[in-house]
Amino acid sequence: MNNLLEFFSFTNPTVRTVVLGTVLIAVCSSIVGTYTYLRKRSLVGDVVAHAIFPGICLGFVLSGSKNPIFLMLGAIAAGWIALVLMDAIVAKTKLKTDTAQAFILTFFFGLGTVFLAYIQKSGSAAQTGLHDFLLGKAANITQFDLAVFGVISLLLILLVLTYYKVFKLISFNEDYAASLGYNVKFYRFLLTTMTVVAVAVGIQAVGVVLMSALLITPAATARLWTHKLQHLMLIAGIFGALSGIFGAYVSYAAVNMPTGPWFVVFLTFFALLSIFIAPKNGILSKLKQKRINANKINRENVLKTFYNLMEHGAEQINTQLILEKRSFVPRVLEATLHKLKHQGLVQRKGNIYSLTEEGMVEAKRVVRLHRLWELYLTKRMNYKEDHIHGLAESMEHIITPEIEKDLLKELDYPTQDPHQSKIPY
Amino acid sequence: MLTAVLIGTSCSLLGSFLILRKSVMIGDAISHSVLPGIVLAFIFTEERAALPILIGAAVFGVLTTMFIQFLQRKSNVQEGAAIGISFTFFFALGVIMIALSTGGNVDIDQDCVLFGEIASTYLDKIFVNGYFVGTRSILTIAPVLLIVILFVVFGMKGLRLTSFNEDYAKALGINVNAWNYALLMLVSITAVLSFEAVGAVLVVGFLTIPPASAYLITNNLSKMLWLSVVFTLLSAVGGTLLALTLDVTISGMIVSVAGILFLLTWSGKIIMTKSKKIEKLSEV
Repeated sequence: MNNLLEFFSFTNPTVRTVVLGTVLIAVCSSIVGTYTYLRKRSLVGDVVAHAIFPGICLGFVLSGSKNPIFLMLGAIAAGWIALVLMDAIVAKTKLKTDTAQAFILTFFFGLGTVFLAYIQKSGSAAQTGLHDFLLGKAANITQFDLAVFGVISLLLILLVLTYYKVFKLISFNEDYAASLGYNVKFYRFLLTTMTVVAVAVGIQAVGVVLMSALLITPAATARLWTHKLQHLMLIAGIFGALSGIFGAYVSYAAVNMPTGPWFVVFLTFFALLSIFIAPKNGILSKLKQKRINANKINRENVLKTFYNLMEHGAEQINTQLILEKRSFVPRVLEATLHKLKHQGLVQRKGNIYSLTEEGMVEAKRVVRLHRLWELYLTKRMNYKEDHIHGLAESMEHIITPEIEKDLLKELDYPTQDPHQSKIPY
Repeated sequence: MLTAVLIGTSCSLLGSFLILRKSVMIGDAISHSVLPGIVLAFIFTEERAALPILIGAAVFGVLTTMFIQFLQRKSNVQEGAAIGISFTFFFALGVIMIALSTGGNVDIDQDCVLFGEIASTYLDKIFVNGYFVGTRSILTIAPVLLIVILFVVFGMKGLRLTSFNEDYAKALGINVNAWNYALLMLVSITAVLSFEAVGAVLVVGFLTIPPASAYLITNNLSKMLWLSVVFTLLSAVGGTLLALTLDVTISGMIVSVAGILFLLTWSGKIIMTKSKKIEKLSEV
């Protein structure tokens, strides 16, 4: 508990630096990642994360220091070359994107390990910095790192704000953007560069392997909540930042716990949570919608059965009679009758049920739709009379009042269905 | 070197099918996400016994595939994103488990997982009655290679059908899912065995690069399989020799050599098609 207070009061300067750094990284990669996700290039982040490895080594060798600026320049250059080569492979050979991605990823990484071994052999004392770069060191973010991250995040966010509209166009429809006269190649270049930069920054927090989670998991999560791009970025940023803070907290509170993996675990936790509880797209709300639909269909079917029974002269309708006419699960029928009674569509005297006035109207509506649809299928679609009942059984629950109006007009207000039953109005 | 050849061969055979099925990145994902399986097996048995590790890895390989499918079907996440989310999650779990179970005194660490070192496997020798039989990793990988070869030879028809035309295979009544899982399970087993030798990332290189080079020059499946084995042999031998001369990491060098072979094959092919065009033009 003490830990919790101490951490979230942010009085400890180290905590402040780490949290701020992680949040900056998280927000940056979430925002850039939204574009990568929308452009269906989710795994590019993974490719870049691995491919910048030899670049970092070269940056180190050429500059002779582990100054993050040089390492990042090397990283960005390598990431760039990798993506250009990857696109060339996809465009010029019959190899598919996934193969090209895997090829670039491992080839560059292989080169990187060779370079690294070479550097290690030469025995530079500063080589540990390279390791941090690959495996992440969120817990050891320094003030200087923070400044670098800050400047880069500002730049990225500024870019997004300036070119927001164009980026949006390009992410959703490149051809349309081109037809409007935008220089698509240039903006694509810009987006790719942003991705490479975001990866080069983020990798320092969580390491090579986990980097792609920072890019795409927030975006994929946000996608479950909204369709609007602004909201998408906002939500992705929030999920990213929260996970970053929680990850930092766990590694602060528990001995020997790495920040990066916890960061990713929290990201995935939010993603899974959203899969279940997100409105509209979540599993729970889909189940709920399904249940609502099923209940509606049951109610309409019961009402229809009432009507059919009455049409055949039945007067004392009980559950037994309904079950003889149409098969229901008895328990479901009980529940549905109860609900109908509650809604004032059905009344009950002892064991005998009857439709109320409103119930009658509703029952007529369902039967009318059923018979109208049967008529439409035979008259306009040339279906045989013995094929239409099943189709009408499902359509009667779907047809809206507007479609009903059109049907009536189209069939010229008929009085009889194909089986010579009366169409009730 | 023998270890590299054995791992490489079984990887390239499996990888050929992954390329044809456009599921290379799933192979990549699996090679990372078997980590928790390995760690769990390690925690329970407290030794690096091959069998529990294999079982753990195979279980997590299948779990990953199921998780990817769950994300895709239940929430319409794009395939790429589903893969990315899954393997990062499992890998993160693995790293956390390592941190939890130790304070760092188990000899699997993130370094080893990422890079691997084929040369060190040489030190782990097994003796029976005092006679040197082979190194441990050779003894574990050899039977797997045998299984892979048997799987490919006897499963050729099923693999070919399910790889090229899933719908047709379904129509013929072939259990496409079973073939998929069998293939991916073998991939995860191979990935695990290759873990300490070459590391999680470079396994994917072994899986992809030689078959990709082979696929550049042929459309025939059995030719592709043979050629990818040839490419593997070339890169394994060339890479090992180069690495020993330069005194750098062997597995990294092998993958680098394989990559360079790919680029050479590609440019060779470009030159060939160009000269053919010129011939045709001069004939005209």
